[in-house]
Amino acid sequence: MPQELSLEELCRLYEQMCLIRLFEGQVQRLASTGEVPGFPHLSTGQEAVAVGVCANLSDDDMIFSSHRAHGHVIAKGSDPYAVLAEILGRQDGLCQGRGGSMHLVDAAKGVLGATGVVAGNVSLAAGAAWAAQLRGEGRIAAVFSGDGATGAGVFHETLNLASLWRLPLLLVCENNGYAEFTSREEHSNVAKVSTFAAPYAIPSRTVDGNDLLVVHEAAREAIGRVRNQEGPWLLECMTFRMAGHYVGDAQRYRSKEEMEAMKEKDPIVRLGRHLAGRGVPAQKLDGLMAGAKGRMEAIAERARKAARPDPATVLDYVYSAKLAAEEN
Amino acid sequence: MKITFAQGVAMALSEALASDPNVLMIGSGFMGLSPSARDLLNPVLRDYPERIFVTPISELGLAGAAIGAAACGQRPVVDLGTGSFILEAFAQVANEAANIHYMTGGQTSVPATFYSLAGIRGAGAAQHSGRMQAMLGQVPGLQVLAPGAADDAYGLLKWALLESQNPSVFLSHSLLFDETSEIVAGAAMLPVGKARIRREGTDLSIIASSIMVARALAAADTLEREHGVSAEVVDLRTIVPLDRETIVKSVAKTGRVVIADECPLSFGVAAEVAATLAERALSHLKAPVLRLAVPDVPIPYSPPLEAELIVTAEKIAAGALRVLGR
Repeated sequence: MPQELSLEELCRLYEQMCLIRLFEGQVQRLASTGEVPGFPHLSTGQEAVAVGVCANLSDDDMIFSSHRAHGHVIAKGSDPYAVLAEILGRQDGLCQGRGGSMHLVDAAKGVLGATGVVAGNVSLAAGAAWAAQLRGEGRIAAVFSGDGATGAGVFHETLNLASLWRLPLLLVCENNGYAEFTSREEHSNVAKVSTFAAPYAIPSRTVDGNDLLVVHEAAREAIGRVRNQEGPWLLECMTFRMAGHYVGDAQRYRSKEEMEAMKEKDPIVRLGRHLAGRGVPAQKLDGLMAGAKGRMEAIAERARKAARPDPATVLDYVYSAKLAAEEN
Repeated sequence: MKITFAQGVAMALSEALASDPNVLMIGSGFMGLSPSARDLLNPVLRDYPERIFVTPISELGLAGAAIGAAACGQRPVVDLGTGSFILEAFAQVANEAANIHYMTGGQTSVPATFYSLAGIRGAGAAQHSGRMQAMLGQVPGLQVLAPGAADDAYGLLKWALLESQNPSVFLSHSLLFDETSEIVAGAAMLPVGKARIRREGTDLSIIASSIMVARALAAADTLEREHGVSAEVVDLRTIVPLDRETIVKSVAKTGRVVIADECPLSFGVAAEVAATLAERALSHLKAPVLRLAVPDVPIPYSPPLEAELIVTAEKIAAGALRVLGR
């Protein structure tokens, strides 16, 4: 039975989406002033997927993400300060500055892997789900990947394995229509990623990924089934990347009309409208956005002042046991 | 008790499965095509069916699943078949497993083992004769185990499965399966990362690993018997970590060195050993270092062509005499 989210819960998810939007805004700002080493990938416009899926996961559940991970990690409960500090390459970062934007890991929060290799995370998530199954832990693994991942062989190998071993794995495809700079039509004749699930005997569903209510409900159902040991599920969320592939991408491959249409699909605007329709006063919604803004500004200022890692520690963590690290 | 290399592998798998319920075997082709060696695994397959996984041919997916499971507390060993096939899993082994501990600032580790049958094995041709240890040695975060003796195969594989906290590549070799050595029941685990002096000598050092150890020992016998030369044989056992100290000590003692390696010559394991000696033992060297490795060429199919490339005991003995100026 569908469970109606309470208005209070919906407002909390709205606030989370605002926080992710503003987080990405700070990353963009700091990147444009040269304070972000590397090339961050923003999830602006895709907030409903991260928030809608993660709201259905428990603290023990595990997520794996990709190069576009900021939103997922925050939605799973990581401290935005530690996430931003990592993106800025600081010692206070989630991975002490060793990973950066594309490799956000927060093991304590079940954020077990973000990988900069498209589709590289899918098989790792299957392995984590496998361990959970073998250990009878009752937790599940969810993996976020883009539609670009379907071009990689490992995506298909893993679908087969996950089905074969009935792994407690939720595959979330954020179909934003682009594999890096190439539109879906240009890189595949298969319009919907969910089409790939059936041949491997995996159930799937394609939903509007820019509608928080729809994503939340679809994820709730899928996760319930995965947790109920019914095997893997593929949830395809049709969404929109409002930003470029990376910060600084001029997006010359996208038309003006497309960019204009995007504003209508903004998941935060849409959820705001829904909440207003249900009687939430505009000033409350504005207050949530303003609160998130103030919080993010404070976080950004703190992260900018955070210490950089000590170069003398550069060789730490190559090996986890002393034995092998003891070069002679 | 005397065991063969193949028995050592089978014993390590069996004992590891018995002593730790987290150990998982992904695939069951660990013994390659050798029927007698495959029989050795039958008891394992019979006793632990719930932890042995029959798999599709999906090296990338399987390696990735092993990595994810290892990060969550399991201790999987993946059978990657012939040595060359680690290339099919390379993206996951080299770009995920090896990096994860570092990239996460030490939050997670990956105690997974990737097992493969390395080496030139006879008519394997270019795609089934891979010796990837040097390539793997270029990937910080991996441990590369290349035993040349039955007891070391047993000890290193068991250690990788039960104790290691890092991803390991275990390089087995089908031509080593019948090599025998003594093991002592209940003996302590060997010190991983330490080379082993397989034979003491004073006139020159022969540095070897994997299949080259047996050939180096045969060459040392010939040198002693026919030329009165006392050769010391150093078995590296692990390529990463590389025991530079033992290498340097041996050459400091003998002053002359032949490095025998089954990798292609350029940028190989022998090259790394030679560089170490150039940096740390130059003043001890009475003659230039000699590398005996496989020429930089894909391995041909036809036996006479393949034989032309193999670093044999005869080539090692002849090389040693050249280094000695004889």
